[in-house]
Amino acid sequence: MSDTMVEARGVTKAYGALQVLKGLDLEVRKGEVTCLIGPSGSGKSTFLRCINHLEQHDSGVLRVDGELVGYELRNHKLYERSAKQICQQRANIGMVFQRFNLFQHLNVLENITIGQEKVKGTNEAAAQQRARELLARVGLESKEKSYPVQLSGGQQQRVAIARALAMEPKLMLFDEPTSALDPELVGEVLDVMRDLARSGMTMIVVTHEMGFAREVANSVYFLDQGVIEESGEPEQVLGDPRSPRLRSFLSKVL
Amino acid sequence: MSSTLSEGEASLEVVPLRHWGRLGGALVTLVGVAMLIHTVFSKIPSRTGQVACHVVNATKSCHPVMEWRFSWNTVGSYLFDPLVMNGLWLTLQITFWAMLIGITLGLVIAMMRLSHNRLMTGISWFYTWFFRGTPVYIQILFWFAISYLYPTLSVGVPFGSWAFLHINSVTLFTPLIAGITALGLNEAAYFSEIARAGLISVDEGQIEAATSIGMTPSQTMRMVILPQAMRVIIPPTGNEVISMLKTTSLVASIGVIELTGAVDEISASNFKTVPLLLVACVWYLLCTTILSVGQFYVERYYARGSLRTQPPTPIQRLRGDLGALGTRFRRRSPVVSR
Ligand SMILES: Nc1ncnc2c1ncn2[C@@H]1O[C@H](COP(=O)(O)OP(=O)(O)O)[C@@H](O)[C@H]1O
Ligand SMILES: [Mg+2]
Repeated sequence: MSDTMVEARGVTKAYGALQVLKGLDLEVRKGEVTCLIGPSGSGKSTFLRCINHLEQHDSGVLRVDGELVGYELRNHKLYERSAKQICQQRANIGMVFQRFNLFQHLNVLENITIGQEKVKGTNEAAAQQRARELLARVGLESKEKSYPVQLSGGQQQRVAIARALAMEPKLMLFDEPTSALDPELVGEVLDVMRDLARSGMTMIVVTHEMGFAREVANSVYFLDQGVIEESGEPEQVLGDPRSPRLRSFLSKVL
Repeated sequence: MSSTLSEGEASLEVVPLRHWGRLGGALVTLVGVAMLIHTVFSKIPSRTGQVACHVVNATKSCHPVMEWRFSWNTVGSYLFDPLVMNGLWLTLQITFWAMLIGITLGLVIAMMRLSHNRLMTGISWFYTWFFRGTPVYIQILFWFAISYLYPTLSVGVPFGSWAFLHINSVTLFTPLIAGITALGLNEAAYFSEIARAGLISVDEGQIEAATSIGMTPSQTMRMVILPQAMRVIIPPTGNEVISMLKTTSLVASIGVIELTGAVDEISASNFKTVPLLLVACVWYLLCTTILSVGQFYVERYYARGSLRTQPPTPIQRLRGDLGALGTRFRRRSPVVSR
């Protein structure tokens, strides 16, 4: 059994004539936190979306926990997986979005139980118990009956994290989870993520929070114009960048 | 002059500005409405020239018999006529089935329109174009005449002559079925546009989130998109139901004795046309009123999660108004409480 959770080799993706990912290599080990940084439009979201097959990559190899995303290798051929299998794969990968995307018509508790009940087939009582445990973990026990509109951005994002965790994912993807938040609310979300990292969750985090990356990440990848321009340990990548592009990027975000 | 309020100034009474123009306008309108109601419920000399004479102190005096301008007594006597009752029941049934067909088929057409398959979008576009582009009255007549165009309907090999099921169109498409089919298919064209507006109003992020937790496209549609689209779909659909209730009167033309057909039939034999039309109006109005109230509560149900606080129901608002009035009264007359 390998200890690699995500493996990307030469992943490409184009939207029409626009080549967004131009052969991307990346490796994430189990239990590690990887931060993905880079300028806007460099393809960070696109890459995350390829990992859980919200987008289909054009070429290259993309494996999660040893399994090819969206395809199955048999007799030296790649067979496209059925919609059902792809849904099953996705259920094992949690995703947290910049704009929270909580289900607006469901209250907090229902947001966290719906996936367990409808996708995993957990019974209602067990799903609710797990939801309450997760709400306690993100510090929102008292909000289970609230609707998303009644919560602050930080609270919504914490519910979104609980919703993803309810599926018991082996990998969590965060796409700029704090970029839509008021500055004073960023901390509470980063705290939850820090906790999660400490508990051994494998995470890929797209972020502009360099402090968080330095403190929590095991490795940092700098994505620019569809390729990984530089990668390594946070101290090295963020403290002593070699590429001039990364240097100019860091001078802008810091 | 100091800008902060002194002790005494802090308890000063606020006198709201009187809007005299608004008040005058309201009064004029009120008088107009009162006059209109008065004429509707007034009596006039008998239109058949009937007179009543009495003899008082050996002198005979005659005066015309007075009767309701709108013949309300006739309206009352036909309101619960068995033929009217049957017609009303049939109107409600036609409305129900036509809307059921319209909503189900309309939803399918809306989803086809939004699919990525060009053939599907093309077909649904054509459907809406055709059924919205021709008068519903003609469509009703067309379905009534369907047995002339297709005497038998068969299920079997496409384009072939072998079939295992034959249905005689005349027996299948009774006037009632023809009417319901025509109204339902026509409604589907309108409802598909309402449904499409509702579906595209749901944020794409909702679909992504549902997909990311492993929901299938069908689960996403049923559990995430549709419930949120309902908020946009319900108000115009309420309109459609109310409109349908009245449009069903067109099927009277192909011999279905629904509400309008029933009052037509009665007035054809007794010539009391106006009171009988009023009978129909009373029932149509009662039904649309009930539907509007129902719509309010359905809208409220689907609005949950879209507003921070729910708007009050009319009953809650009335209670609130009465409460506020009470407080105002108590405040104005502090002597009472002593
Ligand atoms: N669905 C799409 N269709 C066309 N272009 C897209 C689509 N999604 C993203 N893009 C383009 O791909 C590029 C990379 O986008 P994205 O991955 O969102 O960048 P990032 O998250 O790094 O800011 C951008 O130029 C964006 O406009
Ligand atoms: Mg992005």
